[in-house]
Amino acid sequence: MVGSLKQARIAFVEAPIGRLVNLLVILAVLYVIFILAMKVVGQGPSYFLQILTFGVANGAIYALVALGYTMVYGIIELINFAHGDLFTLGGFISVFLLPIFGLDASKAGTAGIILPLLAVFIVTMLICGAINVSIERVAYRPLRRAPRLAPLITAVGMSFVLEGVMFLWKGPFNVPYPNLLPTTGFVIGGATIGVKDIFVIVVAGILMVVLALFVSRSRLGKAMRATAQDQDATELMGIDINRTIAATFFIGAVLAGAGGTIFGLYYNTMVFDLGFSAGLFAFTAAVFGGIGNIQGAALGGLLIGLITALWDGYMESTWTQVIIFAILILVLVFRPTGLLGMRVPEK
Amino acid sequence: MTDRGAAPPGAQAGDGAILRIDHVTKRFGGLVAVDDVTFDVKKGEIFALIGPNGAGKTTLFNGITGIFPPTAGRIVFQGREITGAKPHQVAAFGIARTFQNIRLFEYMSSLDNVRLGQHCRMHAKLWDSLFKTPAEHREEQRVTDRAMELLQFVGIEQYTHIYARNLPYGSQRRLEIARALATNPALLLLDEPAAGFTPQEKVELMGLVHKIVDQGVTVFLIEHDMKVVMGVSRRIVVLDHGEKIAEGTPEQVRRDQRVIEAYLGTQH
Amino acid sequence: MKRLLSRLGSILERDPRKDPNAVVFLLLTFGVIAFPIAIQIVTRGSGSFLISQAADAGVYVLLAIGLNVVVGFAGLLDLGYAAFFAIGAYTYAFIASDHMEFTPIHQAIHIPFWIALLVGMFAAAGAGAILGAPTLRLRGDYLAIVTLGFGEIVPRLFRNASTWTSGVNGISALDTPALPIWLNGPWSGDAFAIVQNFKIIDPLAYYVIMAILVAISVVLVNNLRRSRMGRAWMAVREDEVAAAAMGVNTVGVKLLAFSIGAAFSGFAGTFYGAKLSLVSPENFGFTVSITILIMVVLGGMGNIPGVIVGALLIYYVIFNILPGLPQQASDFANSIGATSLNSPSGDWPGLAGEVQRLKYLIFGLILVLTMLLRPQGLLPSRQRAEELQKGVHEDTTIEDVNAEAT
Repeated sequence: MVGSLKQARIAFVEAPIGRLVNLLVILAVLYVIFILAMKVVGQGPSYFLQILTFGVANGAIYALVALGYTMVYGIIELINFAHGDLFTLGGFISVFLLPIFGLDASKAGTAGIILPLLAVFIVTMLICGAINVSIERVAYRPLRRAPRLAPLITAVGMSFVLEGVMFLWKGPFNVPYPNLLPTTGFVIGGATIGVKDIFVIVVAGILMVVLALFVSRSRLGKAMRATAQDQDATELMGIDINRTIAATFFIGAVLAGAGGTIFGLYYNTMVFDLGFSAGLFAFTAAVFGGIGNIQGAALGGLLIGLITALWDGYMESTWTQVIIFAILILVLVFRPTGLLGMRVPEK
Repeated sequence: MTDRGAAPPGAQAGDGAILRIDHVTKRFGGLVAVDDVTFDVKKGEIFALIGPNGAGKTTLFNGITGIFPPTAGRIVFQGREITGAKPHQVAAFGIARTFQNIRLFEYMSSLDNVRLGQHCRMHAKLWDSLFKTPAEHREEQRVTDRAMELLQFVGIEQYTHIYARNLPYGSQRRLEIARALATNPALLLLDEPAAGFTPQEKVELMGLVHKIVDQGVTVFLIEHDMKVVMGVSRRIVVLDHGEKIAEGTPEQVRRDQRVIEAYLGTQH
Repeated sequence: MKRLLSRLGSILERDPRKDPNAVVFLLLTFGVIAFPIAIQIVTRGSGSFLISQAADAGVYVLLAIGLNVVVGFAGLLDLGYAAFFAIGAYTYAFIASDHMEFTPIHQAIHIPFWIALLVGMFAAAGAGAILGAPTLRLRGDYLAIVTLGFGEIVPRLFRNASTWTSGVNGISALDTPALPIWLNGPWSGDAFAIVQNFKIIDPLAYYVIMAILVAISVVLVNNLRRSRMGRAWMAVREDEVAAAAMGVNTVGVKLLAFSIGAAFSGFAGTFYGAKLSLVSPENFGFTVSITILIMVVLGGMGNIPGVIVGALLIYYVIFNILPGLPQQASDFANSIGATSLNSPSGDWPGLAGEVQRLKYLIFGLILVLTMLLRPQGLLPSRQRAEELQKGVHEDTTIEDVNAEAT
């Protein structure tokens, strides 16, 4: 009897079968890494460097989107399914804004694009923020005290609404995005590191540093962290919960809008349902790093970007999405707190 | 409460202790909520755990019932170690509980709340439920009868078909006790059962607790109200800041210097 | 049989004003029986297509009933429900066609339809259990995301593993289901005769079988709802900690709900594959999962008749109204003289094209508006109605009293 109880004490993954599963998963992961490593060695260092560059740039974009997921989850424990679509919307809005600010392919690569592009960035980010705040006000706030299922379903619905709006706007086609950034680059060790790559990494990096400073230093950032800990207590301290949550949605959307614009400038194409898989990738990144954890989201984004690039570059790219989603499931099953740990304790 | 059915498996008299808390410690991060606490609850008694707010009383209950397993130490129930067992296993072993902030199934009727309490004493398998086999039918009947009996026992039979959330406050506390009794426990843990009660209701509650003990169920309660505790229990353990500071009869505890300090120091 | 009659009797005896569900059940039963007859009369005997479509709708009804166990009863959000549908359909394709001859096995497998139905069901339930066992310990919203990931993986797996599944082409020429015995008669245009090994090709036969399967499912799920398990699901949905403290193995009962839902999906998938005689990885995407979720949410989570009505309604909208809408819209524009609306320019694809693109928006709006305005759905279960309208956390009175006490 005591023996069976001792077993009961042991959680699922540590039970004998679970241990076998653990072992098999680790072996499988090691096998995949081994195969990948063999291919990397076989293809030589310059190709690897190229893939790495691509992966870091890609990862920077995922990180921007992942931050929105992680902040909203951190504060109201909602998986905001619509967040990925806000990212796409950012791209769509900026492609609409470009001609208004006098930007078209003829100005590509000139120094004259810097200021208008900055304006496009800011306007896009503000519009995205405003849209997200409205969504929160209309769709999520009334459900804050409802059973958990309700806001989750609403978020899925909101994702479809946003996709539906973009579908009506541009249809099922790829939307071309003007190639504005210089196409030049530096050759280092046989790999070309483009101005585009540097642009993506630098812009995303600046945004993330600003965000990190904001959350750790500003009043609003402190209010956010307090709200994430305990809403009721925070309210008693005289902090406006609704404003704090709205601000979180605003900041998340600002980053997503920037991410969408960067994506457009980098890949020069968008499509209305891009946010579905990109959002899921970014969510995977957020979970990978430890949801609720801002540094974690950045790290997770980088890793997901690298894994995507490595798989695309060395293995069959049709399997890339399967791999990412498998990572999502495995992380949730074996390490739900992610790499850097959750800031929000499990209830 | 005529037929309590078979005693839970593994029931044994032993040395008279039904529950043994053996050097139990619970830490949350750096905070020590329960610090190396040891005591016994004897079979058939009404045992009380008291202490000021934040003394670690509910944490200890959560440790016993497997909601937050202790960091160190052992919990022995009826001669068998249950440290770290899952909450539903603990219930199946014969420990039932109520909650400080009433946790009823608000959108289930009182009847269904009590029937749910008998979940772990039922045998219907998926097959029986799917096809409503005669055995399942009989069991449902039995469970319903027993539930009605328990509602009557705690005195809220008039609310049988009312949603739990719509019951008056005092009846909700009683319903929680009925639901806990439905699991057919040998030990009943009551977490501040008299919280928010009027003096009249408190007297009635003490009567109910005595009735429960008369049925052969050991009662282990946490209480804030010293009057209730002194009136109902023979033995008391006092916690303060997670440490046991006194143990004994109500008279002994009342005279204990540390207890007086703990209460006067924090409460008044 | 006797119990069935008494059950029917008890439904009739219930005061319909108090139990609108009984009325809905009766109307549905009547409608299912009357539908093929009415169709044949209205279309003068050429209503086969509509009857066949109604049988297809039955597949969605089954799916919705199954998802309702997961979402409505146990309160778990499954966003990859179509994955189990795919597993059921592909299982049938593997074990009831010549396809296996073209895979490394080099040996066609032909399992009779009715056994294959069970195999498909258990394959899906097994997949559900394997996915659910480790993940159901996590918080509820993590399950949503895990199932979403799973729902994306499975169709891609079927598409990419082309050695086994012939990839994007899918698998075709699946075995036609057969009944061991069938009665021919005037309804099939024959004389009365008992036929052995009857191949089900006639839409009406599909319709009848579908109706019977749905009826059986409704009875079984209804039994479950009113059993020990049903109570445990409700309890877990409302308060997991309290349920566990009362002796409910929360992971176990959630796993059961999840697997039963998956079993339904696999069952429906097998039927779907057999009727279509074709499976393709494109038929099991995220939109399918969402479609079923919409059926359940709109109909009324937790309420079986509500969910059936929701499934039929959404099916009708998606497969009958939406496809005809673009044409109607452009006709309408022409009739009011706004012909310029119909000519594409720039991003504007013409009115017909634009209307064709409405599906996503409509899906999204149904979900959002239902949750905001009528979270209990069109035909709510009494319990879920109060729960979803008033919210679980609104226990103000209790907290007030506590605050005074401490």
